[in-house]
This record gives sequence, C-alpha cells and structure tokens, in this order.
Amino acid sequence: MTAAIDIVDTPGGVPGGVVVGDAGAGRPTGLIHRALRLWRTRVGLALLVVVVGVALLGPLFAPHGETEGVGIPNKSHVDGLLFGTDKLGQDVWSRFLLGGRSILLFAIVATALGLLFGVTIGLFCALNRGKLDELLMRSIDIILALPSLLLTLVAITTIGPETWLIIATVALTTTPRIARVTRGAAIVVVERDFVAAAEALGESRFRILRSELLPNVSGPLLVEANLRLTYSIGIVASLAFLGFSTDANGANWGTMIQENRLALAVQPWGVVLPTIAIAVLTISTGLLGDGFARANAGIDRGRSE
Amino acid sequence: MTASGVTTTSALTMAGLRIEVDGRGHDIVDEVDFSIEPGEVLGLVGESGSGKTTVGLAALGHARRGAKITGGVVTVDGHDMLGLDENSLRALRGRVVSYVPQDPGAALNPALRIGKQILEVLETHHFGADDKARRERVTEVMSEVLLPSTPSFLKRYPHQLSGGQQQRVGLAMAFACRPALIVLDEPTTGLDVSTQAHVLATVRDLCREHQVAALYVTHDLAVVANLADRVAVMYAGRVVEEGPTMTIFAAPAHPYTRYLVAAAPDMTGDRIMVGLAGRAPAPGSRPSSCFFAARCELVHAECLGELPPLREIAHGHKVRCTVPFAVPASIEAADPPPPLVIETRPDAALSLADICASYTGIEVVHNVTFDVQRGECVALVGESGSGKSTLSKSIGGLHHEWTGTLTVSGRPLAQSSRDRSTKERLAIQYVFQNPYQSLNPRRTIGDSVARPLVIGGTGKAETTRAVGEMLERVSLTAGYAHKYPDQLSGGERQRAAIARALVSKPDVLICDEVTSALDVLVQAAIIDLLADLQRDLGLAMLFVTHNLPVVRSIARRVAVMADGKIVEFGPVEKILTEPEQEYTKRLLADTPVVPTL
Repeated sequence: MTAAIDIVDTPGGVPGGVVVGDAGAGRPTGLIHRALRLWRTRVGLALLVVVVGVALLGPLFAPHGETEGVGIPNKSHVDGLLFGTDKLGQDVWSRFLLGGRSILLFAIVATALGLLFGVTIGLFCALNRGKLDELLMRSIDIILALPSLLLTLVAITTIGPETWLIIATVALTTTPRIARVTRGAAIVVVERDFVAAAEALGESRFRILRSELLPNVSGPLLVEANLRLTYSIGIVASLAFLGFSTDANGANWGTMIQENRLALAVQPWGVVLPTIAIAVLTISTGLLGDGFARANAGIDRGRSE
Repeated sequence: MTASGVTTTSALTMAGLRIEVDGRGHDIVDEVDFSIEPGEVLGLVGESGSGKTTVGLAALGHARRGAKITGGVVTVDGHDMLGLDENSLRALRGRVVSYVPQDPGAALNPALRIGKQILEVLETHHFGADDKARRERVTEVMSEVLLPSTPSFLKRYPHQLSGGQQQRVGLAMAFACRPALIVLDEPTTGLDVSTQAHVLATVRDLCREHQVAALYVTHDLAVVANLADRVAVMYAGRVVEEGPTMTIFAAPAHPYTRYLVAAAPDMTGDRIMVGLAGRAPAPGSRPSSCFFAARCELVHAECLGELPPLREIAHGHKVRCTVPFAVPASIEAADPPPPLVIETRPDAALSLADICASYTGIEVVHNVTFDVQRGECVALVGESGSGKSTLSKSIGGLHHEWTGTLTVSGRPLAQSSRDRSTKERLAIQYVFQNPYQSLNPRRTIGDSVARPLVIGGTGKAETTRAVGEMLERVSLTAGYAHKYPDQLSGGERQRAAIARALVSKPDVLICDEVTSALDVLVQAAIIDLLADLQRDLGLAMLFVTHNLPVVRSIARRVAVMADGKIVEFGPVEKILTEPEQEYTKRLLADTPVVPTL
C-alpha cells in the first residue's frame, strides 16, 4: 500500500455560481483514513489490538491465580503448564496474562491526563502570548531538562509506590512535551484570519480554543500523543522492573522481567513473554504514530503552486 | 558568455515542450513553442494553475517535484537544457540563465550579508579574472540595479533592506554574471505600486542595455503592458495567444485574452470590469476539444472537435482559436457604467472622529476623521505601511490600541470587540484579505456562515434558512453549506466569507483587500458581486485596497491614506482624474493599467 500522492493543480477560481462536484459531499478523506492506507499503520494497529487484547482479556483466561504456587520454582517444563513456573513456583502463563492490565491502564491514563493538561496549557499559551505564556513555557523547560525516569523515581522513592503517584508523575513528564508541541502547532493557526474572524464575532476564548484551534492542531497532536503513549509504557514498565509497583507480589510484566532475569538460563519464559509483550506494545504504538505522522505531513502535498 | 552582438541566435527557444504529472501522464503544459531574442522581454501571462511558472522553470531545465519534462526542446543561448545532466545544468544556472523568484525575502539567505551573496554567485561561476575583478563587478551590478554600492550597504543583511531593495538585490544576483536569459517569476507581487514601477523600469532598462532576454511570468496583464515587447497568454497549460504587446491589448484575438483585458480594472471609467464564470480544466480532466469552449460564449460546432492549433494570423501574432477576433456578447454589451447615483441618507452609518492608532506605543494612524453614509461605499486606498489595515482592524475591533471616537449608527463603540455588545459586534462585519485563511478548514461552509446568527441567538430552523438564502445571494448554492473550504476555489471561498459577513445583516461592511489574493477574472466577479450587494442591501461599506483602479467600479468616495494620515478625500471621479495631492498623483502614475484602445 502506498499513499496516494495527488498533484492538485490550484484551480484558478470560479467566479460564477457553478456547483463543482455533488452538493452535500462530505470531507473526502480524514487523517485516520489516510493513515490507514499506510502499511505501517495497519501493522501497528493489528499488533496493538493483539497486545491490548492479551492485557485486557487475558485475565479471563488465566488458568491459575496471580500468586498461586503451582509447582517447583524455575522449571520450564511442567505438566499442565504452558510455560512452566517462575522463581516462586507460580504459573508463568497466568502471570503473563494477568500482568499487562496495570501497565496498559497506567500508561493510557497517564497519557490521557498529560494530553488534557498539555493541550490546555499549549492552546492557552498560543492564544494569550505574554508573561504567563513565558512563565509556563520556562517552567516546562525546567521539567524537560530533567530525565523523565529520574523525575518519577525521585517522586516515588520519596512518597512510595502509590497508584495515583505513578500515574501523576508519568503524566507530569508527558504534559510538557505535549504542551510544547500543541503551542508550536497552534501559534501558526492563531495568526490565521479565521481566528480573527471569531474574535470579531466575539466568540468566547474557550470556544476559540475548542472550535477554532483544537481541530486545526489535531494532526500533529495525534502523532505526539501516540509517541507519548509509547514512552509512558516504557516508563511504567521500567518502574515496575525497578521494583516500584503498587503490589509487590502482583503480576506485572515489568516486575516479571526483574524477578525472573536471574533464572534466564534455566527458565527463559518468565522473561521472554513479558519482554516480547512490552516490545510489541511499544513498536505497535510507534508504528501507529509514525503512520499518522506521515499521513499528516502529506495533507497539503502538491497543493501550493 | 553570451554571443554578444550576434542576434541571429535566440536567447531562449522552446519547441513542443510537454510537462506531465510524474507517473500519471496527465499534461500540465503541452505544445509550448516560443522564442525570445536577446534584449527582448516576453510577458507570460496566465491565471494560477495555468502552468506559467512550470514553463518558466523549464527554461532553467528544472521541473517541480511531481512534474516531469517529457517532451520538446528548450535551448538557452545554444545550450540544450533538457539534454544536460544535473551538474552541467548547475553550471549554466546563474551564468547563462538566471531566475528571480516571487518572494525576495524568502529567496535571500538571511544569514549572509548581501555583498557576500552576490559575490558568491560570481565565485561559483568563476566570473572575472580574480577576486578583485569580482568585487568590482559586485559594485558595478549594484549600481546597475540602482542600489548604493558603498561598503556599508554591501555589509547589510537582507532583513535590513526594504522589500523593494531586497528584490533589487535579487535582480543584482540574477544579472551578476551577465546571463543570456533571465526568468522573472512575479517578482513584483507583494511590492507597492511605486516600488513595483521602479523595479519594472530597472528590469526593462537592464535588458535593453545589456541585451539580456527576459521571460516575465505574471498573472497581471497590466504589469506587462509597459514592460514586455511581446506577450504570451497561457490557459490550462497551453499558449492560447502570442503577439506584440500592443497588438494583444489593442486587438486581442482569443476570447480568453479579451476577457482578461476586460476584467482588468480601469481607471478612466470608460468601461466596466467583466468577470467570467467557470474554471480552467485541471490536468487529467482536459477535454480533447478547445479547452476554453466550456466557458466561451462564442462556442460553435467546430470548437468541440479538436484543440485548435496555434496558428499565425498576422505577422508575429498567433492564436489558438477557430474564430479569432470575435467579441463575446457580454464584453460587447459592457457599456460604460452609469454614473453612480446611490441614494444616501445624510445620517452617517460609520463615523470616525480623531482616530489615532498605535502599535506598541508608536502611533501609526494619526487623527483620522471621516464618515461613511448609509448606502455608500468609501474606498480607503494606500500602500502597505500606510496604516490602512491598522485603521480598518481598529474599526472592526481586532486592533485595540487606539483612541478617538468611533460611532456606528450613532452609538459609540469600545476599542476591543470583546468590550462591545453582541449587537454592536454584529453591526460591523469584516471580510478578510485572504480567503484561504479566513475560513476554518475544519468546519463546513454552512457552519462558518451560521456562526454570526448562532451568536446572535437566532433559532436553528431560521439559521439554516438564512444561511441557504445568503449563499444563493452570493451566487453559491445552498448545497455549498455542506462543503469544506478546501473543496472550494479561491473565488468561491471569498464568496462564502462575504456570505458570513452579511448573514447577520450588518450596518457596516469592511472589506480589507478582499481581491488581492485572487486572479483578475475572479477579482472582477467579486467586485461586481460586492457592488451589487452594497446597492441592494443599502450597506455602508469601507473598501480597503492598495489597488487604485478597482475602486472606480465600486466606491463613491475615496480616502487616500499615506503615513497614517488621510492625504486626500473626495469623489472617486475627481480623485482618479484630477487629484490635488502630489502623493495621489504619484500613486496614479505608478499604477500599471491596461492601455485602453
């Protein structure tokens, strides 16, 4: 599949009231439509559906409990068990099926929060350039200067591995980047006359943000949100790997890798399964983001003379 | 080096040039044949999308991304531009053929001093014997384009120059190596009329004196009237007419050329502007018959057969039409306009008293006072930087830094649109310059047009009805309500923007350079529409423009603005025929017009 590259010749303009094309025709193709024509978006989406399916529906099919001891520890071949036992004698397959949910949920919620705050700050700053914009953007620079994993670690080691704290800190590291991208994209839109037209009509600030600015930055925003999701997954998994998960004994892909890495030679499944899952998850969101980015970049291809 | 003195070889020859959309085989331009002799200026005129820029770039052996030169011959000063590899072409570009782009601000390297940039061209092409000779050439070429060649001036960066000076530097770079041919792509678009006049004069003189041939690409017929020796008119990728400039204006043979001449604004008031419906067929949807047949009033059976060839009808005058010299009825019927007798009521709809506006504390509009009466159109004319846009934005509530009294229908208005009541805001409406920017691309035309009504509290059914009615009124159909801006042409978008401005039945309409982003045929139609609406709805209209000739067809009184002051104010006939102020006289003299027969 390749993207359709249209050389659209700028029409000279129609002075008369000639109806071109059928009246009432909607938008020809949206960003999602165009993105789905690219193979990378399709592959990314398919992979994502598989991993998300495992993480969300997996618990329904787990043959054993999360912390249920079922045999001798670190055995790769145990009768009745698909992938053997881990270092505490628990079923690897069951823990794998159970361990995706928290990573995925944490990452999605954190990204969504980051998106909400980031977009609000970004649009606000773009519309109201001035002292507050400067202040917010410089604060963002400070947060950006700190490595995100370090920032979350400092917060979590200080307060403890609470669910809300993990989500909040990951969201905090996501917000500045989204705010930056949103502001950058929106600043160009703010200069355009339709925003001035809305101002002249006396539309409320909120309405201008929501109806005039937001729809016109959704392209780059979608790309950035996808990228942030990829990184959030990485951070949440890393935190679990480092031992900062809400439930120390609970199943979690990050924790599993950490627990079972010492026995990698005798029982690889405890590490391999969650590693593959996290890898596929990040790759799929990455591919999706890339697909959207490409579709977005091609929006006006060949339009200008 | 050019074969100086030998005039038997043409500077540029194009024969059977065909350029296609890469990979599709649809022609962008085809059958382009013409030549330019040394010292001659050929004006290549066409609307946007006609392929004129594509042809201009082909003279440098270049095709834009997505386009491919698939046939024909392009020879510049004996060099076969289509047979050479990229390295040989690079060696020729700038030395044998050079290019002056539309926007000099974007074409000059902002990080290099201008002297260095010109010197670099010479160094690249090993012009002159040594560094000293090249530096002398820089000084020489600067004086040729009428710029100071002092060391301090050469040390300036592009941003320290005015737009006109930047374009002169662009010309200096193009002329530096004394090329045989220079391609100019709308180099004066975006410049003021007086700056434009000077740049055009410079180009003409340089070409004559140094026997340089020029291909001048433009959409504006009036610009080439005083510049070009010959004119070629392009339509839908074909040259439809070519001939000596005076012949083209005095006796246009192709109906399209005739429309172009008729659509050009006229200062004398002897004829009205005539627009033309329809649009040129795009690559891939061009018929096998005459491309213009669908829009031509003179169409007959023969036109629907094959595309007529470009044939010579007089010495040096070629046309691609089966019925050359026939006059379309709408142009013949276009009598001089009746004198504007508009019923104006003595009460001012819009009244400005002592308006001073400033930007970051610096006053740019000084003590402007005038009235616009009900049912009257006043044109506000000025060059860029004259403060006309700041003034109109202040009236519209989009610029807040101003003092003075502004009243609409007797009510004084607050500075910012935010401090005005909904009713006050809806009483003044604004049409923006660029229809490509003034409509939200993510919203349907219907939604955009409906907004003022929704804000005004009109009910849903009534809004839908009023939007449909308004769209019809601006010669769109109600079906356009469901379309998005990118499905519309520039002219259609501007109509939609006008519909949005008028749907709330305002008292005052401000039109800010509403036609400057449009092609000449579209401009004529939009002006025509605005004049009709203004008359029918009894609107008070402030028509802001830099284009003096267009005000004749629409305005009753004209305010000429310079340096933030109104320098002259009076009836349109008087301002355009016997202006009192020196500034207005100069503005009139510099404005390029299509010569009347």
